[in-house]
Amino acid sequence: MIEPPAYLLLSAILFGIGVVGVVARRNILIILMSVEVMLNGVNVAFVAVGSYLGDATGGIFAFMVMTVAAAEAAVGLALLIALYRIRETIDITELKVLKW
Amino acid sequence: MEALFFILFGAIAVGGAVMVVTRRHPMVSALYLILTLFAVAALFVLRHAHFLAAIQVIIYAGAVVVLFIFVIMLINVPESRLPVERATIVRVAGVIAAGLLILESAVLARRFAMPKAPVSGVGTVEAVGRALFTDYLLAFEVTSVLLLAAVIGAIALSNKKL
Amino acid sequence: MVSGVLDYLWLVPAFPLLGVILNGVLALIAERPFLLKEAGLPPPGGSHGHPSRGNSHATEAPGSHGSGASGPHSAPVYRNVVAFLAPGAVGASFVVALLCVLSLAARPPEGRTFVQILFPWIQSGSFLAPVGFQLDPLSSVMALVVTGVGFLIHVYSVGYMSHERAFARYFVYLNLFMFAMLMLVLANNYLLMFVGWEGVGLCSYLLIGYWYEKQSASDAGKKAFIVNRIGDFGFLLGVFLIFWTFGSVSFTDVFARIPLLRDSGVLTAGMATAITLLLFLGATGKSAQIPLYVWLPDAMEGPTPVSALIHAATMVTAGVYMVARSSALFLLSPDAMSVVAVIGAATAIFSATIGICQTDIKRVLAYSTVSQLGYMFLACGVGAFAAGIFHLMTHAFFKALLFLGSGSVIHALSGEQDMRKMGGVRRYLPVTFVTMFAATLAISGIPGLSGFFSKDEILWQSFSSPHGSPALWFVGALAAGITAFYMFRLVFLTFYGGSRMDPEVEKHVHESPWTMTVPLSILAVLSVAGGWVGIPASLGGDNRFEEWLAPVFRSVAAAGAHGAATGAHPSVSLEFGLMGISVGVALAGIGIAYFLYRLRTSKPAEIARRVPALYDLVYHKYYVDEIYEWAVVRRVVDGSVWLWQMFDALFIDGIVNGIADGVRSAGDRVRRLQAGIVGGYAFSLLAGAVLLVGYILYRSMVP
Repeated sequence: MIEPPAYLLLSAILFGIGVVGVVARRNILIILMSVEVMLNGVNVAFVAVGSYLGDATGGIFAFMVMTVAAAEAAVGLALLIALYRIRETIDITELKVLKW
Repeated sequence: MEALFFILFGAIAVGGAVMVVTRRHPMVSALYLILTLFAVAALFVLRHAHFLAAIQVIIYAGAVVVLFIFVIMLINVPESRLPVERATIVRVAGVIAAGLLILESAVLARRFAMPKAPVSGVGTVEAVGRALFTDYLLAFEVTSVLLLAAVIGAIALSNKKL
Repeated sequence: MVSGVLDYLWLVPAFPLLGVILNGVLALIAERPFLLKEAGLPPPGGSHGHPSRGNSHATEAPGSHGSGASGPHSAPVYRNVVAFLAPGAVGASFVVALLCVLSLAARPPEGRTFVQILFPWIQSGSFLAPVGFQLDPLSSVMALVVTGVGFLIHVYSVGYMSHERAFARYFVYLNLFMFAMLMLVLANNYLLMFVGWEGVGLCSYLLIGYWYEKQSASDAGKKAFIVNRIGDFGFLLGVFLIFWTFGSVSFTDVFARIPLLRDSGVLTAGMATAITLLLFLGATGKSAQIPLYVWLPDAMEGPTPVSALIHAATMVTAGVYMVARSSALFLLSPDAMSVVAVIGAATAIFSATIGICQTDIKRVLAYSTVSQLGYMFLACGVGAFAAGIFHLMTHAFFKALLFLGSGSVIHALSGEQDMRKMGGVRRYLPVTFVTMFAATLAISGIPGLSGFFSKDEILWQSFSSPHGSPALWFVGALAAGITAFYMFRLVFLTFYGGSRMDPEVEKHVHESPWTMTVPLSILAVLSVAGGWVGIPASLGGDNRFEEWLAPVFRSVAAAGAHGAATGAHPSVSLEFGLMGISVGVALAGIGIAYFLYRLRTSKPAEIARRVPALYDLVYHKYYVDEIYEWAVVRRVVDGSVWLWQMFDALFIDGIVNGIADGVRSAGDRVRRLQAGIVGGYAFSLLAGAVLLVGYILYRSMVP
């Protein structure tokens, strides 16, 4: 019998791994994939808690997260392509245009 | 039985995630991402969330990761020009902070009280569809607007004249 | 209540207000562009110039009715409109006031209080201050004096101000003054009275500073305003105390509640003293009594008709009116009554002595006004409110006449005000001379003229009233003698003797136009005959004036053991004796003036040489201005400078600039965080998340 905390722990680990990818990697593609990992970690928590509570809301939230993830991937990758055309790089450290 | 599957698929998901984050070439990462997504889908099945498991495979693994792979192939960065990872203070601190975050969440998770008996039947296609088209109809419709905006944004950004 | 004519009481202040609006519009759309054009400045508003200027026409149409379209040197048409509108408004107001008073007089004496509430003005909890008017014998006297004398002075002003360029502006102020003054005297509650009180103060300021290009005029305006502010502060505190004690500010309510509150112990003598002294402080400011009289002589910087109307006949008497209006309150406090009487008597003698040595014709009259106002307060202070109001009325006639006469002289002498440069003007200005001579006789208290009856009534009351004393009478009689002396000194110096005028000025001396001489003549008639309504019983009259006011001051008798309003009891022979003495003193004053300024004209300078210290003291007005300058003005200025430097510059600016500097330096440091490195931002987010989750964890562990 699996207790809810087990799912939450798994969720936290997946999320944490994703965070490591986002903060530690320079490759924008891998950062975007790490974001997907983070989102999946969150989804695990939503689905598990939702099912333990017998509430469909958890699943609905996971569904929404997926939708947002798809949109985010689409826009993020489009940005990446545009960026690569201009800068010829996918290195996040070379993006310093936010500083004036 | 559930415990066994949970440990198995949990381990696959975590292992896949670690590989996603640590591989040098994005194509490898993308393939490990598929693995992770499948393992998460299996976990969804364990929690009786059949509908979500299905779309996890179809949309996530089938569409989103494929999109990643397309992009990786499209821009086709040569091996030699992939960014070289270097340990900086911020990165090390980030990894430590992520570890802390996991630790904190784990402690919090243990203190999380919840009914013990799992209730099934909320993750079926029928149940999700009913919730989605009644209580969450507005959110659902707004989601379509979000996707439309994403599509338009992606097309606009991919325009060569940018 | 159906009251016929009285229902139109609101028209009395409404007419001058209408005059303000119409003349104000004319001043703005016709006079201002005209004056600016004359001064070579562009008209205001530029492109959207109003049509009346007619400057947008390419060709001047001969039938153009634009008021400013005529040449810059001919008088514009609008001046004629103003010259008709301004006195017309006041005249209409006078007619309505007269009809109202006649209608009031037709009632039985006990019913002669008419209150008209127009609309609620301030309403908050139990506090209600309506815009309402009260016509009773007291306010009807004031309303008639204000509108009557005001109308004459408006007419006079048309002639006197005819050479002024800012013609409409002057009449806007003057009409506004009439409006405010009528609000003051007709108000049915203290708060609305205060509005009028402040309104007349504002107009006084505006009119003293009418020639604002002149430094001394604008300074005098400011002085008047600031000194009045001190008094107004007292008045306002008094009104607050009244509301606190009586729960109302309306006259009828307050006075009706006096017996009840006094019997129940709420209204103690101390409270009555506090209220009345605060009110009296307001009166000393507005009516130029010691210690706040200093602004009035300086107020002579304004145009002479203004001096006549505001600073002699009407506004400065507002304090007397207010004290008389509050007579029921004052009678509750014998201490306050004594203060009023002593201040009045002291002011009367003090300013009369200053008047002896002044050389500016208007300043002599100004000190004379202060002195006469002192008489009125003396009357109020001894409980003879009716006598005070009587003197107020007669004084309004003869002092307005004196000012207008002096204005006529000044006008004729092209603005010369120094009596040392006059002399022998009698030949050139016969009408002015005759009328002014009548007024001088009146103010000196020559039997048969108005001033005699009112002044003698005051002197008699100050001797015989339970509140009075022989000392007060003596001071009053002495001041009367000095008054006669300096007034005849003025007349002798101005109208008699050889000419000391500049030859250049003398060539242009002329009698004034009819708009000026007609009001002079009417006022002269009033100065002579105005006192006949109050001939005391001992002289075979029946003192109709006092009888008319009796219902208002009925509470005087009702208020207790003071038989103040009864003057004829002690002894008729004593009254005749005192009357004889005061007439004798006045004649003596005239005689000395005749001796010094007609027979031995070298004598005054000789006396001045004989007692230089005394002469200097009086000539410099007892150095009161200098003492105030040193004791008050310098202290206030020093304190203000200290506050400015310590509090404003260091404290306030320190806070403001400190915050700005802190934000700037903080921003300078925080700016470095914004390095533009995406990883850094991601780390910040993460750190925030770690801290937040850590906090949640902490909270879950520490309940």
